[in-house]
Amino acid sequence: MEGTNDSMKRRIRILVAKPALDGHDRGVLILAKAFRDAGMEVLYAGLLPTPETVARIAVDEDVDVVALSLHNSAHLSAFPEVKKWLKKLGASDIQVVGGGIIPPADRKKLEKLGITGNFGPGTPLEQVIDHVRKVAKKKWKMDQ
Amino acid sequence: MPDNYSAKKAYKQHMESAGSVERTNSSGIKLKEYYTPQDFRKSYEEQLANPGEYPYTRGIHKDMYRGKLWTMRMFSGFGTPEDTNGRLKLLLSHGETGLSVAFDMPTLYGLDATSERAHGEVGKCGVNVSSLKDMEIIFKGIPLDKVSTSMTINAPANVLTAMYAVVGEKGGVAKSKLAGTVQADILKEYIAQKEWIYPPEAHMRLIRDMMVYCTKNMPKWNYISISGYHIREAGASAVQELAFTLADGFEYVKMGINNGLDVDSFAPRLSFFFNSSINFFEEIAKFRAARRIWAREMRETYGAKNDRSMKLRFHSQTSGYSLTWQQPLNNIVRTSIEALAAVLGGTQSLHTNSYDEAWALPSEQAVEVALRTQQILAYETGVADVIDPLGGSYYIESLTDKMEEEAYKYFKTIEGMGGVVNSIKNGYLQREIAATAYAHQKKVESGEMKIVGVNAFVKEDEQPINVLKIDLKAERIQRKRLQEVRLKRNNSRVQKSLERLREVYSGDENSMEAVIEAVKNYATLEEITNVGREVFGGWKEPTIV
Repeated sequence: MEGTNDSMKRRIRILVAKPALDGHDRGVLILAKAFRDAGMEVLYAGLLPTPETVARIAVDEDVDVVALSLHNSAHLSAFPEVKKWLKKLGASDIQVVGGGIIPPADRKKLEKLGITGNFGPGTPLEQVIDHVRKVAKKKWKMDQ
Repeated sequence: MPDNYSAKKAYKQHMESAGSVERTNSSGIKLKEYYTPQDFRKSYEEQLANPGEYPYTRGIHKDMYRGKLWTMRMFSGFGTPEDTNGRLKLLLSHGETGLSVAFDMPTLYGLDATSERAHGEVGKCGVNVSSLKDMEIIFKGIPLDKVSTSMTINAPANVLTAMYAVVGEKGGVAKSKLAGTVQADILKEYIAQKEWIYPPEAHMRLIRDMMVYCTKNMPKWNYISISGYHIREAGASAVQELAFTLADGFEYVKMGINNGLDVDSFAPRLSFFFNSSINFFEEIAKFRAARRIWAREMRETYGAKNDRSMKLRFHSQTSGYSLTWQQPLNNIVRTSIEALAAVLGGTQSLHTNSYDEAWALPSEQAVEVALRTQQILAYETGVADVIDPLGGSYYIESLTDKMEEEAYKYFKTIEGMGGVVNSIKNGYLQREIAATAYAHQKKVESGEMKIVGVNAFVKEDEQPINVLKIDLKAERIQRKRLQEVRLKRNNSRVQKSLERLREVYSGDENSMEAVIEAVKNYATLEEITNVGREVFGGWKEPTIV
């Protein structure tokens, strides 16, 4: 039985990934450490996975959130591709959060597709962590 | 005003910490309140010497910028080859003195525009090159015998070098006359930027092939630019950048010597690429320490006799990481200070970042301001009039010594692990950098380190700026062009040259001629790198987090 109390204690499982041809991993490695320090179970997809691979890992590992980071301007094609694959695999409940060098106009486009956060450079880690906690709770509610 | 509150708070914090708290720089070196002659007691001749004299601490040339200003080399490239050709010509017409080409991610990973993995990335972070045809367009109308071209390409650097040589040849400029640089420093890719195709040993062999081939046939071609820039951007401190980059450099020197080259036959072509970041004096000390370490090691350890082998030449770029998304115009100031550090540190060439680069690829206006920043430094400020003007400063000299000392500690650790390749394979270098990056971020989070506009003097209502937009047009054009290339070329010749390349890659003979032959026949970039993928395999990095 999942009471409110239990779900408060439940650990968030999060997959961090760079789903494109992008080796700039400073941000993603910092986030992985920060999520871990914030008490989450963190998986890292390693470098150069395809969006499909990221979605498959997310499903196989039964994560709550997928955090995507790109610095190569491929976010508009790669982030929605991950989302698409999650849907294909019947896991639309897994939350997709984005970040990187994302111009404001693109943020709106991503939000519309259900990819949230889309944090730019210099965003405080706390803000990212809070957002992940918020969307994870949303997923848990959907799953109930 | 929201500004007021954070300004007051920041000032209060600053005053509170002024006398009490320890001051350190990015490298964790503790800083004194002031420095005195006690902090620098070594002999002038031994530690510094005049500019142009061993160990070159004060600069590699006797006359430095009095003889020749640094080269203003702005990195550019985006979209289609036609777009980039236009941007290069524009920069030349604005007084830029050296070309520098950025490639898109598919090109950097050795993939064609038609590759499935290239979708959404063609022409985004640089120009796309899928075959010789694209290189012909990029350099159309540019006199290759009069310019020098730097190409930021690593894993497939041998293929791009071959393409440039063929473009030159077709335009009537002999290989031996082509001047320029490919980055080609694969060690820092494994350490920091993570753009590789094959395992380390295979890439090192291809660098060896370029080294041997260019030493004999392309004497004005810098076949490698040993890069600390990316190591720093990935999160390293100034000392880590210094130590890891020089360690990489010595690794290439050892490779040349082990392959039967006389050290003085190739070492003069080795050049470096450093980051110039925001901690002003630390950067200047880093550049000076780098020159001294290189000179001494080249002479004492590697037996160089030619002065040119001992002189560390370097390109520098201001720090992209130091730029903020918030209040982007402030980035012009950051870049100016970083550029000044590079100049006071004796750089040979310089790229200044554009203020909008935390938002997107730079717009034309932002690029122009960045170039003008260098021109103002060069022509208005007088900083180029006197060589190494900070030489003899107790602080700078003490810091230069300290950076050198700290770098040697890292050399020892790396050597203890069996060299750079082993320290990459066991993940040591990558983890060191990730740890520094995380520690830095925590300092920013806690407010211990202040970044104007980010965690101090924050403005609530940021107005968006105009940025360069790149659409999918380049992808369509590049795909179509590549299909045409495939139709027009002689396919049996392509196959034959790829077969020959496979044979060469499988053995140990020099591969450059075979790569040039394949390029000439319009084999595509991916077709050529695929031969390597089949022969050498791929690479997966050790666990970092």
